[in-house]
Amino acid sequence: MSDIIMIQAHHLTKQFPARPSSPAVTALSTLNLTVKKGTLTALIGPDGAGKTTFMRLVCGLLQSDSGSLSVCGYDVQQSPQAVQDRIGYMPQKFGLYEDLSVMENLTLYADIHSIPPDLRQKHFRELLDLTGLSPFTARPAGKLSGGMKQKLGLACTLVSTPDLLLLDEPTVGVDPLSRRELWHILHTLSEEKSLTVLVNTSYIEEAEQCQYAYILHKGQLLADGTPESLLQYARGRCYAVRVPQGMPPRFIQSWLLDDRHVVMDAVPEGSQVRFTVSSRQLPNHLLLQNYLPGAVITPVSPRLEDSFMILLRKAGSTEEETPGMPSLPKVPPAISGDTIIEAHDIVRRFGSFVAVDHTSFSVHKGEIFGLLGPNGAGKSTTFRMLCGLLSASSGTISVYGVNLRTARARARSYIGYVAQKFSLYSTLSVYENLCFFGRAYGLAAHKLQERIETVAGQFHLNNCLSMAAGSLPGGYKQRLSMAAALLHDPPILFLDEPTSGIDPLARRTFWRQITGLAARGTTIVVTTHFMEEAEYCDRIMIQDRGRLIAIGTPSAIRHQGGDSPTMNEAFIHIVETGRQKEDS
Amino acid sequence: MNIHRFLALTRKEFYQMLRDPSSFLIGIVIPLMLIVLMGSGLSLDVKNLPVAVALEDTSPTARDALSFLNGSPYFSPSYVTSSKEAIALMDARQADAVLVIPPDFTSRLEQGHATVQILLYGIDATTVNAANQYITSGLQSWQSQWVAAHRKSARTGTVIVVPRQWFNDANTSSWMFLPGLIVIVMTLVGVFLTALVMAREWERGTLEAIFATPVRPLEIIAAKTIPYFCIAMVGLGLCLMASYYGYGVPIHGSLLLVFLSSVEYVFIAIGMGLTISSLVKNQFLACQIALVVSLLPTIMLSGFLFDLRSVPIAISLIGHILPATYYMELLKMLFLAGTTGPIVIKDCLILLVYALLFFCLSWKLTCKEVS
Repeated sequence: MSDIIMIQAHHLTKQFPARPSSPAVTALSTLNLTVKKGTLTALIGPDGAGKTTFMRLVCGLLQSDSGSLSVCGYDVQQSPQAVQDRIGYMPQKFGLYEDLSVMENLTLYADIHSIPPDLRQKHFRELLDLTGLSPFTARPAGKLSGGMKQKLGLACTLVSTPDLLLLDEPTVGVDPLSRRELWHILHTLSEEKSLTVLVNTSYIEEAEQCQYAYILHKGQLLADGTPESLLQYARGRCYAVRVPQGMPPRFIQSWLLDDRHVVMDAVPEGSQVRFTVSSRQLPNHLLLQNYLPGAVITPVSPRLEDSFMILLRKAGSTEEETPGMPSLPKVPPAISGDTIIEAHDIVRRFGSFVAVDHTSFSVHKGEIFGLLGPNGAGKSTTFRMLCGLLSASSGTISVYGVNLRTARARARSYIGYVAQKFSLYSTLSVYENLCFFGRAYGLAAHKLQERIETVAGQFHLNNCLSMAAGSLPGGYKQRLSMAAALLHDPPILFLDEPTSGIDPLARRTFWRQITGLAARGTTIVVTTHFMEEAEYCDRIMIQDRGRLIAIGTPSAIRHQGGDSPTMNEAFIHIVETGRQKEDS
Repeated sequence: MNIHRFLALTRKEFYQMLRDPSSFLIGIVIPLMLIVLMGSGLSLDVKNLPVAVALEDTSPTARDALSFLNGSPYFSPSYVTSSKEAIALMDARQADAVLVIPPDFTSRLEQGHATVQILLYGIDATTVNAANQYITSGLQSWQSQWVAAHRKSARTGTVIVVPRQWFNDANTSSWMFLPGLIVIVMTLVGVFLTALVMAREWERGTLEAIFATPVRPLEIIAAKTIPYFCIAMVGLGLCLMASYYGYGVPIHGSLLLVFLSSVEYVFIAIGMGLTISSLVKNQFLACQIALVVSLLPTIMLSGFLFDLRSVPIAISLIGHILPATYYMELLKMLFLAGTTGPIVIKDCLILLVYALLFFCLSWKLTCKEVS
């Protein structure tokens, strides 16, 4: 590490003017930030924190409103081209030409940077070795997996041996295995070539691997420092409570989170629930102890995520006040062994490609069942088959005792479905949307009004019934989607990637709602790419390359994954051993 | 502008164009389809027009006067003996025109003032206008022969109009449409293809990555122009060959001028496409805007369908803002009339100004910024 400064932002401010569809936004507000040569720096924050705006300012792709920004010794506003000649920038979508092969993409970038032919061959070889793309040079970029695209994107930005590497959320939508490989490459570059790297990420654990981190929230800098020094915000405030046998960890988490003024954050993790408190010492009495008198609470060492959540809570959630949550029963309802969804030997082919290969499993009444897997593992296909959006090539699926093949419409009346994207009508009001979906499910007149009142109350939508659905903030939209899916009071709720793209605080609120729903007996099937969210489920199923490779309770999966401390590592372990077995 | 970077980007565009079926579709398949459809389907000519002839005068002279109806590809006559029956045929939609030969036709002809009546089914104005013309000219040409044969008894000095249409001798409407079709194909390829490919780069985020490199905006614009220029030229070649060989449209003027003006127009179209997509950055919107500002006006307002001298002044003014109007005028003149001289030079210069204007506009709008 040297003292040469690669990026220096001083009171940098960027505003986006109001548009008909959105109000004016201050993306960055008087930001001060420094990146020294040879360091690996992370910019972390929830969606909408201003991370991408900052990257684009650094690249000279946006004009700032005030303040100064110098990159590689140049004022970006004055001479953007000088900066662009010296940096490597990978935007969120990787910026690859999908019709061009791996080699053609690399060649294009080498030509653009005028790399001489002799040097070029050496760079290509090094980069292809580093990224493991050597066997795929002739393959079109569009036919690569998400992880491979990301590595090719990285290779393209590195062809020119830039002074500064900028990566905008390189790991979004990329599975844990590929994420780990990418970080391995970044460490190699940083250590061996002393490349300066600035990475945007919303995965806090990734920032722990950097030398320096900046935490952004709504365009404001909340804190900065080395990952070690950032732990000070959480030091002495982190505890864990043991989960008694037979109690779902999410209940304990909910009781903790309901203690809003004392508990800052709580997450289930294996056989315990980690939580942070607002004061430097554990309060004498926690709400939790009303429910769990003999709770065993032990202090644990802080993590960057704990600091992040504490800082975020202090800065205020991006959503308005968190709604009051449905109360939970004192004793969690036991999950009966009754099967509510049964998939028997299902196969789904797309042409010659087998997306789901001879898979059988069942979901029990009242449980939260999670579908996990790397990209392209077949989880979305399985999910769509379960809710009747896609028919199986062979095998049978029954939902609530109804065969999906013979009585799809009837099976559908038993399920509620929340799509990954917001799929309600943006221009209709909240109330109109609810009316429409209610009628679509066959509710009418008195019954419809009654159900709308119930779900609007349940999801705290009463004060925004007349607002256009499109103008609601993210967390509200999601609550509206859930309300619409539950109008006909289905016994089963399907949620496809419900927590992608919402900030961590809204994510906690969401799971608190789900816990409440499940406690009242609704069966929930959910897909997620946040591995830690598997901890909220009663049982999870992991797929890879179309095959079911693990199914069971989170602790059983953890055990199968070599007793890994985190779900992420357990997942990687299981997928890797599964592949080794298959390949040998 | 660095020539190596420019060539690298151009090569990339060619690869993408060749591998993407949609550019092949828009550049080659759609022009061919349009040529076939418009060349053979869209026609203002009338063939086999059903005519009911009320032959109230059955004299040989009257029959002789109508001989032009028989064996002509333009008419399929049916003969009745009263106008009532003929009108009944028209009411039954079995005749588009009724020709009434009154009982005193022969006697009045001897006196030099014979009349016949033509009744036309006025719903389809284009068809009946053509029918009217055909029947009138058929009768006139018979009359001129009759006058020549009966010079002794007839009064001399009757003025007989023998119309002849210049520049489209056979009055075939495909001759009129095909040069215009070239304008439409050039618009389609130039504006649509470029608007789409540029907007696609915005949508896929590839431009963002390219912007953060040493590439200059001019290189991006120029590299986008070349491949689509080539594909437009292929389209032009196809249209020219199909018109000349397939439909026998003559090219009376200079082929070089046809080519030169097409080059100018293709640059205009590509410049428009690039301008549109750098403004909206979204494929769907770019497509809609290209449709509204380029393709539809080219069809409706450039003199392709309607003569700009016979439309309301406001429409004519709008038409004269469009570069397509000048290209249309040029092509029609060059194909059918073979005109040379100041009017051709004037149109060529106007096109050149437009080409420079749109190219500069798209260059200036493609600044290396995202929003």
